[in-house]
Amino acid sequence: MTAVKPSSAAANRRNAKRRTLSATGVFAVAILLLWVLVALFGPFLAPHNEADIVSDVNFTRPTVEYLLGTDYIGRDVFSRLIYGARTTLATGLIATLIAECLGICLGFFAAIRGGIVDSVMSRLNDALLSFPHIMMGLVVIAALGSSIPVLIATSGFVYASAVYRIARALAMDLREKEFIEAARARGEGTWWVLSREILPNTTLPLLTDFALRLSFIILFMSSLGFLGLGVQPPTADWGSMVRENMEGLGSGSLAPIIPAAAIASITVALNLLVDELSRRTGRIYGGARE
Amino acid sequence: MLNLIGRRALQGLLTLLLVSFLVFAGTELLPGDVAQAVLGQHATPESLQELRVQLGLDRPAALRYVSWLAGVIHLDFGVSLASQVPVRTLVMDRLGHTLILAGLSAAVAVPIAFVIGLGAATRPAGVFDRISSIAALCVSALPEFFLGTLLVLIFAVNLRWLPAIAYVTEFRSFGQMVTSLAMPVATLAAVIISQMARMIRATVVNVLSLPYVEMAVLKGVSYRRIILVHALRNAVGPIANVVALNLAYLVSGIVVVETVFVYPGLARLLVDAVSSRDFPVIQACVLIFCAVYIALMLLADIAAIIGNPRLRHQE
Repeated sequence: MTAVKPSSAAANRRNAKRRTLSATGVFAVAILLLWVLVALFGPFLAPHNEADIVSDVNFTRPTVEYLLGTDYIGRDVFSRLIYGARTTLATGLIATLIAECLGICLGFFAAIRGGIVDSVMSRLNDALLSFPHIMMGLVVIAALGSSIPVLIATSGFVYASAVYRIARALAMDLREKEFIEAARARGEGTWWVLSREILPNTTLPLLTDFALRLSFIILFMSSLGFLGLGVQPPTADWGSMVRENMEGLGSGSLAPIIPAAAIASITVALNLLVDELSRRTGRIYGGARE
Repeated sequence: MLNLIGRRALQGLLTLLLVSFLVFAGTELLPGDVAQAVLGQHATPESLQELRVQLGLDRPAALRYVSWLAGVIHLDFGVSLASQVPVRTLVMDRLGHTLILAGLSAAVAVPIAFVIGLGAATRPAGVFDRISSIAALCVSALPEFFLGTLLVLIFAVNLRWLPAIAYVTEFRSFGQMVTSLAMPVATLAAVIISQMARMIRATVVNVLSLPYVEMAVLKGVSYRRIILVHALRNAVGPIANVVALNLAYLVSGIVVVETVFVYPGLARLLVDAVSSRDFPVIQACVLIFCAVYIALMLLADIAAIIGNPRLRHQE
């Protein structure tokens, strides 16, 4: 073994570089934190209730009383934006958690078992992936109607197949490594190997995937909202808010643009973060939107 | 190679069959059945029974699937529940509009993405690369309805250059076609340009890092020649793959864009049918969109096979 050990100074510098975020990374994290705080403390921040009709005039311009104007039936856009952050982020996060848990469990399982189990699961998954996500969403919503549980379950299930593929690939890379063989030789069970050996060694790529998946799921759910097939009124949801207020666009109202921009700020921030993280893992994420 | 392509095409057909099964099964997920969903909670048992017979719901599901599939093969998708018009007529009315929108978007997007991607790849980490990479990253993350509404606000409401809504009953003149399609095409193209440019850049940068390119550099070949002759030839397969993948993405993008611009295409027919639970129309539209999507995925794979000599000469 004649591997040259890097000088400790260089190693320290490299470690420091790994830990700090670049300017765009800081910017992205700041935007995300801001929205999380808004969502958490929404009811204390919002001047009005999400369903309250506070003005006789619809589509008013921003004023001191209504910071972002009013919407198509005279509700306060600023308050609805704040309540919408709760709906949009909460539903998106829960759906992403479902997709990740389902995808990771099945993907790791397939990689560890290998053989026929793996082949069958992967072929089935390929078939699911060859179905455009929005089409799957539309068929399920046509059958079951649109409600928050249906939306969350559909998004979680639909996006689990992409997670499965990545989780399986990650676990396959590790499967033949010595430390896994050592654990197996010690007589550790499948569950132990998965949770104690494979999971800790795939944390960063899986976290990166989580951020990317969250941005796709938020886009997916708000697109459904925009089509009028997502969260139903009077609950404030950013995608549905864009749709409700589209008629004001012709008169130059900002009511449809503001929630759309809010969604854009979150998805762009998530993608900047993913870009930053994937540079460290050396894996390319993103590419075609799903 | 033909063997490989044939196998892949067969796989595509099987997937389409699975999709048809899932689309059909989707309506079987219904609590109750189609008749109940159409007539609502307050329907009388007599009218329910009548509709069930009319729709053939009294027959077992497997039999209905087979006869539906047989109809689909003859392009007979049944009759719309909402308007009592044959679904084929509804679909044919709309399909042309959607094809124009998608075709124009692709025609605009592919060359632009190509120029941006190649330009960025020739000088990685140069000024153009940095700016275009970050711009592409941001645009590819934007929801289509944000881009669409922003364009309407700027060009239709503030500048009054373009109509806000794309009325395309028929195009009377070329000028009218351009003005009514400019914003929908720009919205769709923006998203795929950004994704395609990123992927083309990554592909070309990857090829440029290979030893044979270094060899060409050492030999004294000009940079332009290396890119256009040496690198591009080997990147053609992966790039064609990237283009097909992104065109497949149009299938999802078009659903939102047609709604933003109230464009009378197939996707809006589908969205309206989902709202009114018009199942024969939903099944037909979803099947058509999925067939196009699967066909493009198939093209992407074939491009990858043709572009890769190792796969091409595989026995």
